[in-house]
This record gives sequence, C-alpha cells and structure tokens, in this order.
Amino acid sequence: MSLRRLAALAPFLWLALFFAAPFVMVAKLSLSDTALAIPPYAPRIDWRAGLSGVAMFLRGLDLETYARLVQDPLYLDAYLSSLRLAAFATGVALMIGYPLAYGISRCPPALRRALIMAVILPFWTSFLIRIYAWIAILKPAGLLNLALGALGLAPVAILNTEAAVILGLVYAYLPFIVLPIYAVLERQDTNLVDAAQDLGASPLAAFWQVTFPASVPGAAAGALLCFIPMSGEFVIPDLLGGSDTLMLGKVIWTEFFANRDWPAASAVAIALLVTLLAPILLFEREQAEAQR
Amino acid sequence: MRRGPSAFNLAAIGFGLTFLYAPIVLLVLYSFNASRLVTVWGGFSMRWYRALAADTQMLDAVGVTLKVGVVSASMATLLGLSAALALTRGGFRGRKLLAGGIYATLVMPEVILGLSLLLLFVSAGLPRGFWTVVLGHITLGLAYATVVIQARLATYDRALEDAAQDLGSPPWKSFVVVTLPVIAPAVAAAWMLAFTLSLDDLVIASFTSGPGATTLPMRLYSQVRLGVDPKINAISTLLIGMVAASVVAAYLLQQRRGSLRRK
Repeated sequence: MSLRRLAALAPFLWLALFFAAPFVMVAKLSLSDTALAIPPYAPRIDWRAGLSGVAMFLRGLDLETYARLVQDPLYLDAYLSSLRLAAFATGVALMIGYPLAYGISRCPPALRRALIMAVILPFWTSFLIRIYAWIAILKPAGLLNLALGALGLAPVAILNTEAAVILGLVYAYLPFIVLPIYAVLERQDTNLVDAAQDLGASPLAAFWQVTFPASVPGAAAGALLCFIPMSGEFVIPDLLGGSDTLMLGKVIWTEFFANRDWPAASAVAIALLVTLLAPILLFEREQAEAQR
Repeated sequence: MRRGPSAFNLAAIGFGLTFLYAPIVLLVLYSFNASRLVTVWGGFSMRWYRALAADTQMLDAVGVTLKVGVVSASMATLLGLSAALALTRGGFRGRKLLAGGIYATLVMPEVILGLSLLLLFVSAGLPRGFWTVVLGHITLGLAYATVVIQARLATYDRALEDAAQDLGSPPWKSFVVVTLPVIAPAVAAAWMLAFTLSLDDLVIASFTSGPGATTLPMRLYSQVRLGVDPKINAISTLLIGMVAASVVAAYLLQQRRGSLRRK
C-alpha cells in the first residue's frame, strides 16, 4: 500500500472509530435499562459466557426507554420547542446575516477583507464567554435596563426567557450564516446586475431577479449550518433560558449528569439524530455541489 | 460600473458588527471596573486581575486546557491535512463516505458527540481524564481542519507538484518541498482553529473528562452558574486579547506578503 493510501486511511479510520462507532453505543444504550451499577445501565454483555452471554444481552434490550419518552409530555415538549427555537433563530439570523453579507460584498475589496475578518473574529473568542457577556446585559438590573431607564423607558425582563435563548442563538451562530452567503455573493459577476439595470430594471428588481436567486444556495447552506447544531444546543438555553425553556441538548445533559439516566439520555440523542438526518444529508449534498 | 456600498448596506454592516461586538466590548470594559456590580462603574481597577492571579484552581485549569489544546490541535491538523488531500485528490472509493463523515462531524450537536464518545470510552473500559478529552477534541478539530485545508487545496495548481515529480523527485518529497510551503498558511489557520475550538469547548470536555482534568471552560461554567463574577471578565479579557492579537497579526502578515508579491 502506498504512503498516500495510508495517509488517506488514517482520518477514515479515526472517524469510523471515534465518530461512527460511538453511535452504535448510543443506539445500544437507548435500548438498555437504568440500573444501580457503575456504569449505571443494564444489561451488559457477559463475554465469559460466550455466545449465550451475547444472547442474554440481546434479550435484555427493549424499547422501554422510548416508550417512556413518548408517554412523558416533557420530552415531546422539549423536542418540539428545540426545533421551533432553532428554526426561529435561524430565520432571525438570516434576516440580520443576509443584509450584512450583502453589504460587505458591495464594499471595495480591501475593506471587504477587513470586514469579513471582523465578522469571523468573535467566533475565535470563547463561545461560553460571549454567552456569559449577555447575562450581564440582559439581567433585571443589567446594562440593557440601565440604558432603557436612562431613556425613560420601562425595564424589560428578557433573561431566562425564550427571547433570550433566541437572541443568544442568533448571536453565537451569526458568523456561520454570513460566511456562506458572502462567499456566493462575492463570486457573483456584478456586470449581471448592471446589465439588468441598463435594461431598465430598478435596483430593487435587479436585486430580486438577479442577485437573490444566485445567493439562495449560500443562504441554504448557512441556514443548515445554523439550524442543525442550534437544535442540540446546550450552553445557550442553560445560561440564558429559564427553567421552562426546554431544549433537547439540555434534556440530554440533565438526564446524563443530574439524573444519571444514561438510557434516557441516549434515547433522546437518537431521536434528535434521526430528526437531524435529513437536514444533515441536505447540507452534505449542498457542500458536494459547491465543491464541483 | 461598480457602485460603492449604499446607505442601506452601511447600515446593515453597522448594525451587524455592533451586535457582534457590543457584548465583547462591555465585557472587556467591566473587567477593569472597581465595583463588583455590573451596572455601577466604580472607577478603573486591576483588582479582578489580581484576584485571578491568586486563583490557583483557575490557573490549573488554564494549564490543562492549553495542554489539551496543543496536543489535540496538532493531531487534528495532521489528520485534517491527510483527509483534505484525500478529498481533493480523490482516487479512492471511500471518498464520498469520508466527506460525509467530515461534514456530519462539523454540524453534529456537541451534546451528541460528547455523549457518544463517553459511551465508547466507558464500554472500552478507558479511564476518563486528560487523554479522553484529547481524543474528543481531535475528532472535533479534525472536521474543521479538513474544511480549512481543503478550501486552500481546491485552488492550488497541482501542476507544480507534478513538474517536480517529472524532474525525478519522489512523491512525498515533491509534496513536502513544493506543495506544503504553498498551503502552509492554511495549515497554520487549521491548527489555530482546532486549538481555539479545543480551548473553547465545554460540552465534549464535560462528558469525556475525569478527575484531575478540569478544563478552563468547565471551571468557568461552574463559576458562571453561580452568578456574574468580575474575575471571569478578567480572564475573558485576557483570552480575547490573546486571540485577537494573534489573528490580527496573522492577517497583517498575510497582507504584507500579498503586497510584497505585487511589487
């Protein structure tokens, strides 16, 4: 085998071992039951018993955990509100990110590079810290209400609500939506827009009929790049949301760390994974087409 | 005819950047606040930096985090480089599968990555600690490193490397001598990104870490849960300053090299 083949094989094996194989473990555990043991689940394969041990293990698996998920309205609520909040936040991020990307793409090249740099830079600073910064702004006696008070306006209670979670999601994922849109708009031939306008289209019509359709793939890629991780977000709903803000990422965390219910955490993870499968495949198709 | 940005464009840029930077600027500002209260400006003070220097737990966590970051970023970049080469140069059957795995890792919610890795380590009987966090961070960094290096390789003209080979240089040597210097900035960027991701990660670290391997985000998180602490502002400012300085330096360096080339 050539050196090149071997080099290609390494990342392949890595992902098989540390990305794909773990999912099998999650699936297996979602079919197990909780137990007072370390680690806290049963059954476990008894390798000393040979094949009969494996058979015993397989008989011990059941769909009980999933039945529990369906029966308890908490999980369904968390599931639905995860998708709802992620979709809403993606929409808001598009509404802020698209004009931002478009504006940058209309600037002279040198300024464009500096501006796109400025959009990426916050992404390089700690995510946790950037979310933490919002607590000081949004809390009841925080900077936002101080500013509102100075303007003679009534204070608002945003921290620990869904509004704060959406704000945090939009804030944290904005660079992810700006970059793919910008990449498409920057490549676009502005002569096309000029041509449309020379032929009598108003600037707005030229935008809608020429620029916008060309930018849809970028916007779609950006939206998926936001929506997928957002729907499993933990830090943002945990720090900015209230106790009634349910999201699956937080449910998985709580089941695992607080309740030590590993099968439930696994089953919720599988449910989320199955839901995200379609968006993930869509994203991969977009990327494969963009490569071409 | 190329028009400059319109007033609407400028407003969108202004709003977007203000939104992105306002919280960071406030955080930095208040790290120098003498008062403990967020809403009260008690005058300029280095008080919280002194308190930070005395917090050995926090400093220990910084040490662990830097070690995890350097080890995992280096491995992730190496694996990402070979993955990017495999993806751009093709020629093997699993190419689509590899690309699929990379992009899936990229978008996968961290909670799922963390939980699944933990379950793997538990069933493999691996004791949790420093190295399990490193393994988790390599997996995360690998995906980002691949994308960054792949983007550079996509525009790289391979004819150069082919020419070197035609002149009798062995494949690995022509790669190291000809291609690697050209893509070096992207490789460096990939390392930086993987390092930053590792430095920043709370979720995967919390799942895969064990006793004695508490990373800085884990420590910060437990502090943040207790409420706003100006010491966190201080350490955040240091982190932001570090990252901003290195990113801006890299940017300026690239600009200078670009302008030298044009001369």
